[in-house]
Amino acid sequence: MNLTLKVWRQKNAKEAGNLMTYPVKDISEDMSFLEMFDVLNEQLISKGDEPIAFDHDCREGICGMCSMFINGRPHGPKEGITTCQLHMRSFKDGDTIVVEPWRSKAFPVVKDLVVDRSSFDRIIAAGGFISVNAGNAQDANNIPIPKPDADKAFEAAACIGCGACVATCKNSSAMLFVSAKVSQLALLPQGKIEATARVQEMVAQMDKEGFGNCSNTGACEIECPKGISLENIARMNREFFVANLTE
Amino acid sequence: MSKLDSKIPEGTLEEKWMKFRSTVPLVNPSNKRSIEIVIVGSGLAGASAASTLAELGYKVKCFCFQDSPRRAHSIAAQGGINAAKNYQNDGDSTFRLFYDTVKGGDYRSREANVYRLAEVSSNIIDQCVAQGVPLAREYGGLLSNRSFGGTQVQRTFYAAGQTGQQLLLGAYSALERQIGLGNVTMYSRHEMLEVVTIEGKARGIIARDLISGKLERHFGHAVLICSGGYGNVFYLSTNAMGSNATAAWKAHKQGAFFGNPCFTQIHPTCIPVSGDHQSKLTLMSESLRNDGRIWVPKKKDDTRKAVDIPEEERDYYLERRYPAFGNLVPRDVASRAAKERCDAGYGVGKSKMAVFLDFAAAFERYGKQQVLVLGIDNPSAAEIRKHGMDVVKEKYGNLFDMYKQITGENPYEMPMRIYPAVHYTMGGLWVDYNLMTTVPGLYALGEANFSDHGANRLGASALMQGLADGYFVIPYTIGSYLSNEIRVKPISTDSEPFVAAEKRVQETINKLFAIKGKHSVDHFHKKLGKIMWDKCGMARNEKGLTEAISEIRALREEFWKDVRVTGDANEFNPELEKAGRVADFLELGELMCMDALQRKESCGGHFREESQTEDGEAKRDDDKFAFVAAWEYKNQGSFELHKEELVFDIVHPTQRSYK
Repeated sequence: MNLTLKVWRQKNAKEAGNLMTYPVKDISEDMSFLEMFDVLNEQLISKGDEPIAFDHDCREGICGMCSMFINGRPHGPKEGITTCQLHMRSFKDGDTIVVEPWRSKAFPVVKDLVVDRSSFDRIIAAGGFISVNAGNAQDANNIPIPKPDADKAFEAAACIGCGACVATCKNSSAMLFVSAKVSQLALLPQGKIEATARVQEMVAQMDKEGFGNCSNTGACEIECPKGISLENIARMNREFFVANLTE
Repeated sequence: MSKLDSKIPEGTLEEKWMKFRSTVPLVNPSNKRSIEIVIVGSGLAGASAASTLAELGYKVKCFCFQDSPRRAHSIAAQGGINAAKNYQNDGDSTFRLFYDTVKGGDYRSREANVYRLAEVSSNIIDQCVAQGVPLAREYGGLLSNRSFGGTQVQRTFYAAGQTGQQLLLGAYSALERQIGLGNVTMYSRHEMLEVVTIEGKARGIIARDLISGKLERHFGHAVLICSGGYGNVFYLSTNAMGSNATAAWKAHKQGAFFGNPCFTQIHPTCIPVSGDHQSKLTLMSESLRNDGRIWVPKKKDDTRKAVDIPEEERDYYLERRYPAFGNLVPRDVASRAAKERCDAGYGVGKSKMAVFLDFAAAFERYGKQQVLVLGIDNPSAAEIRKHGMDVVKEKYGNLFDMYKQITGENPYEMPMRIYPAVHYTMGGLWVDYNLMTTVPGLYALGEANFSDHGANRLGASALMQGLADGYFVIPYTIGSYLSNEIRVKPISTDSEPFVAAEKRVQETINKLFAIKGKHSVDHFHKKLGKIMWDKCGMARNEKGLTEAISEIRALREEFWKDVRVTGDANEFNPELEKAGRVADFLELGELMCMDALQRKESCGGHFREESQTEDGEAKRDDDKFAFVAAWEYKNQGSFELHKEELVFDIVHPTQRSYK
């Protein structure tokens, strides 16, 4: 199939960017979206132009590195997948596809489609952990955990930290990301000990990074490639409320 | 006299590690604060080492090329992690895990290292659960296990098909905690491009800030290479696009010997190649072999749909050839058997380079259990199948979804098509029992070292080794070196060795830009991959390997004359990053072929066509090849082979049989 791409080009964080138009020809429907970008980049290199910078690594939907805003939706038109898992069979011959980087104050553009998501790391560093040094642990089966709790914790822990939730949110809120980690640890007995400090410190860091507030539109849940549920946000709000009451 | 001293402690197998731990010199807590450690890589090995060493009080600097340490490729490991917990009461023990690992590695690993790995495996599970890693549980609230290839016990802990993700996020959270406490400085989007040695000891690295392009000098009393494996030398592999050998290769060129470079693991259950555009291959977890049956049609070039081929016209070749282990034979055996069937003309799918992985029997078996549990009387076959599918979906749902997404086919309706692909490299930097390379102060952990898996790694052992090295081995072994370094003040990065190392890196970068050739970096990478896959892949022979060596040399020459690197050095430039990595692969690939050529036996993942039994199984030659091949770098294309003899006191090598 033949397509027209409109891609955001921006030399670096300081310079202004703009959308550039590129035709691509003979694209197979078995290609992934990123493989289509590989083809385009090969063309650009052979013409002596600079290829388009984009983040990607595992190309199997788990590392959370790829991050393209495709036709107005993070990770493109299909639900439950990352950009690297999107295949060209989801598009039609002759389509025009607009590709932009994640847009949020807390995710500044590095180059072209690459953004800086280190704010997420700083939120985890503020409290997204259980304080247990290596060697301290007791036998893993000493504390039984009800399977439903363990399963829910796992579902929350499935977050890949890609930032699609922030990119799609009209407020650029990171609530889904933060609440997934808060929930995972709050659901487990091991995580309860530090629960109060954890939620307060993670929320404080989230605010400091410049993420917006949550107004419950639910776009994040729809666009999350891992199906992280809005329930987590409700749980985090409850945790936060209780934490502030118990202070 | 060999230059290699493996430093294996005295004593019986069971005593070695315990005694070592109790007698290894320690560093006083107040001295730890003034000792700096550089860690390259933030996967399971790197993140666990960084957090643990920081917890002990060392000053740690950790580097990764990704935008966050959470994205290291350990994240993609699917199936599970082994531990000798014997929670299933099925006869597991430290000894049995040790035995299975040595046997699975086809008797090409060190007994002492493997025993230590088996000993600490239990602690890893405890540590991860304490960190809040949500491993799978049974209804009683206790941890669940599954079985994996090459073993007959259930010792694999898992988190659906995302075990690597969950374990890495556990290690990452421990790392972030130490970053927050100021004990670790994290350098994301930084690539290590040189090791700095001073008076024979590793004293730091040169790293490139991938955003500004600036070269940086970092001092460390010790340097840990935790940068993973080199499977991407094949271009197509299950590795992430960025996975590379550069850190390990630079260490090698600064004096660290490279161990068993030819030992590559070809994983049997991957999604087949679909066309020339293919950029990487996707693994379907080996755990699928617990419930899936592998087969091809009995008739050559059978073009019927899988469901239209009756039972008696199917060849379940693993069950036929290996009745004792069936579909659960080790990876190397399963991969070769698939290749054998496809080469003989029985392959399926458009390319004919695939075999079926079929879950129909599992749907029925689980379905029958489920209808009993649910109390459904006189269920129809369709009902049984549906309930069975639900069980399979709970176990492997994400893998089935992934398959569907990539191939456009529904694996609940028709069997998956799979084919082997490069997955893991057992070879790596040679290390002694302390995980130190032949350069004092330079260590290698996880997949980057060669140490524990011999010639073939068993499933669910990579996660175990990465975390064992980081959480439980290096914190002890590094003391034996650093206890002698407490008087060494941080060395100025303006000193001559740092300046010279940076200059070497700068010159390579300048040289790459100066070529201004016609072809992209990927063009050369694909060509190298094809040579490696055809001639140093699942089956190797003397003629092919000899040809491969000269082809790689020619390709390397062409690369340095004709590669085109766009953009410039002082900016974010993925093409430059790739160019540097492919330049290193072009050297490593040659060494892999040389190693495969000298090892005139078959063992584990290394299959020399000249050395096979009458029925086509790998044939080892213990008299001549019971050694670790450790290569010393001399000049480009010139390496000297050193041998570390392997002594088996406990497990007596026999011809591996899974029949």
